[in-house]
Amino acid sequence: MSGTYLGMPAFPAAARDAVRDATLRANLRHATHTIRDKRAKAVAELDDWARLREAGRQIKDHTLRHLGDHLLRLEETVTAAGGTVHWATDADEANRIVTGLVRATGEREVVKVKSMATQEIGLNEALEAAGIRAYETDLAELIVQLGQDRPSHILVPAIHRNRGEIRDIFAREMERWGRPAPDGLTDSPAELAEAARLHLREKFLRAKVGVSGANFMVAETGTMVVVESEGNGRMCLTLPETLISVVGIEKVVPTWRDLEVFLQTLPRSSTAERMNPYTSMWTGTTDGDGPAAFHLVLLDNGRTDTLADEVGRQALRCIRCSACLNVCPVYERAGGHAYGSVYPGPIGAILSPQLRGTASEIDASLPYASSLCGACYEVCPVAIDIPEVLVHLRERVVQGGEFTRHGAKTTLRPARGHAAERAAMRAAGLVFARPGLLRAGQRLAARTRRIHPRTLPGPGRAWSATRDLPTVPEESFRDWWRRTRGRGAEATGAAGARTEDGEAGA
Amino acid sequence: MSSRDIVLGRIRRALGPVPDEPYETAVDRDYAREHGARTTEQTVDLLAENLADYRALVHRTDRDELPDLLMQLLALRGAQSVLVPPALPPGWLAAADPVRIHDRAACTTAELDRADSVVTGCAVAIAETGTLVLDGSPDQGRRRITLIPDHHICVVRVPDQVVSSVPQALRRLDPGRPLTWISGPSATSDIELDRVEGVHGPRTLEVVLLTGSPEACA
Ligand code: SF4
Repeated sequence: MSGTYLGMPAFPAAARDAVRDATLRANLRHATHTIRDKRAKAVAELDDWARLREAGRQIKDHTLRHLGDHLLRLEETVTAAGGTVHWATDADEANRIVTGLVRATGEREVVKVKSMATQEIGLNEALEAAGIRAYETDLAELIVQLGQDRPSHILVPAIHRNRGEIRDIFAREMERWGRPAPDGLTDSPAELAEAARLHLREKFLRAKVGVSGANFMVAETGTMVVVESEGNGRMCLTLPETLISVVGIEKVVPTWRDLEVFLQTLPRSSTAERMNPYTSMWTGTTDGDGPAAFHLVLLDNGRTDTLADEVGRQALRCIRCSACLNVCPVYERAGGHAYGSVYPGPIGAILSPQLRGTASEIDASLPYASSLCGACYEVCPVAIDIPEVLVHLRERVVQGGEFTRHGAKTTLRPARGHAAERAAMRAAGLVFARPGLLRAGQRLAARTRRIHPRTLPGPGRAWSATRDLPTVPEESFRDWWRRTRGRGAEATGAAGARTEDGEAGA
Repeated sequence: MSSRDIVLGRIRRALGPVPDEPYETAVDRDYAREHGARTTEQTVDLLAENLADYRALVHRTDRDELPDLLMQLLALRGAQSVLVPPALPPGWLAAADPVRIHDRAACTTAELDRADSVVTGCAVAIAETGTLVLDGSPDQGRRRITLIPDHHICVVRVPDQVVSSVPQALRRLDPGRPLTWISGPSATSDIELDRVEGVHGPRTLEVVLLTGSPEACA
């Protein structure tokens, strides 16, 4: 990644400020609970959810184990379909490639589909430095861009803003970027959406260059897939003459058929919909329909380093659904900004320190931004064991050890000032190595919940002094699952204790 | 060394020696091909239900009534002009009044922006998710025509264009064509998670479920 947000304090300090912000907390709480409840219903509609989840995990794992082969195949199929493939080792190179491609068109502005990869590399800033203006076209990204703000959630980046704030931002800022907000704009969501529609439409209709990411790239066919709701994606992907997609190398899937798994699990996990309103698929260029030129920029930027870590590698399975954010008690209280990276929440806590290394204070603190309650693992549609990776990364921060940085093996020295965490970590490591102990521990916690302290003792005190501890559920998820699903669940969990993964009650 | 070689080299080193695992056997595909057992009629009903649940307006008709229904739907919207894909069965709009606009290469997006409505056929419709898939065939036209107008009427031939599930739909589709999957009208939930229909795509999606043989209204 291009680095942490400028001047970003470490997670505990950032979280402390965020937790004090009552509006932010209320907005976040409302939002995460709403999505979480809806999601459970959408998932319950598919009685083969556990098998889809396992298939998704297997597809991604196989892809990662043979990543080179799949990328070469993808390069071949995209090229055969009329696209051009570029490779970027890091953020700077990706930005240089995109800037060069835009310059070659002679254009000075681009329209953008919301994309985490381009946020990760700081593309908008790089384009601006080159005199090219990038317009974000997703409604939430527009709110964030106009508010000179940063996104706080993968899926709903402006989740921390309420309607009154959005109205004020539109009324104040739209004029500086193009068509001003209508006079007398109120804070009704329909009116705000209409203002955004009018403001952006003039940009879409004249745009010559579109920039996007992609949710999936199919090696077998060269097909790119973008999943969205508003239609701004379709606008950017089909109206311009040139389309440039910047995509992390881990987004490749081997075959066309693999989409049948992810197109079922992604929408239900993310927006809790049976299917998102729009999905666009294109393969290279098509005569007379859509952009005449298509460029695919394949982005490494720390992904191969992550791949080199056999425990941490599973973070690359992530399909960015954001379900883990919505169930995380720490995210709910601290908000996305506290994580200091474009990837917030549980997935950010394991992905960012791997993509960027743990040299900075914030990255070293991220593996601690979790209560290890395991809710993130339970909901993850590709079964990323986030707690396992967190513990693994804590170990690396505390004890030091081998890891890969920019493709080279490096040894990390143990971090100073982490002695207390080291002890805590060893305890956690012990428990996580023995699932039986974990179960017993959870059950014990549930039984003793009435005597749980409001603040944590020892090193945890600083953290818990500024927030309410998440309450321990009456019953652990595992116990609930056994009770409500009984034997059937045990049978589908044949692959081991870790596959007992019904999300419906998570 | 090129960046391509650098990235591929890093991947090789990160993975070390990898056993030969053919992809065909690497993934357990024991998930469902479709969810639940339904008759053809029930599948079409489920499509209608799920489309409506995501706020599409659903109509049913047969080949004789289709031209009148389309005429009415356009009139109710007050449509003055309607975009027409190159090979929409000519009979479909036989009764409609609005001016036909044909999408040509020379058409600017601003011109298309003046069209009130668009009428198209469909490639596949998915019942379990309430999804229409357009594949750019001549009765559906280029992607842009179903994007710019505020009102889209999509005619689905039932039951032959309807499948139950996402896996079944993917089997029928050609990945080489540009594909647009549409589930309900354009929507956003970005403002306090209140769902608002239509930000950029058509704010109104009407679906006509057409019974009768494929060449019914040609
Ligand atoms: S880690 Fe899993 S739950 Fe979280 S965003 Fe990624 S895929 Fe979704």
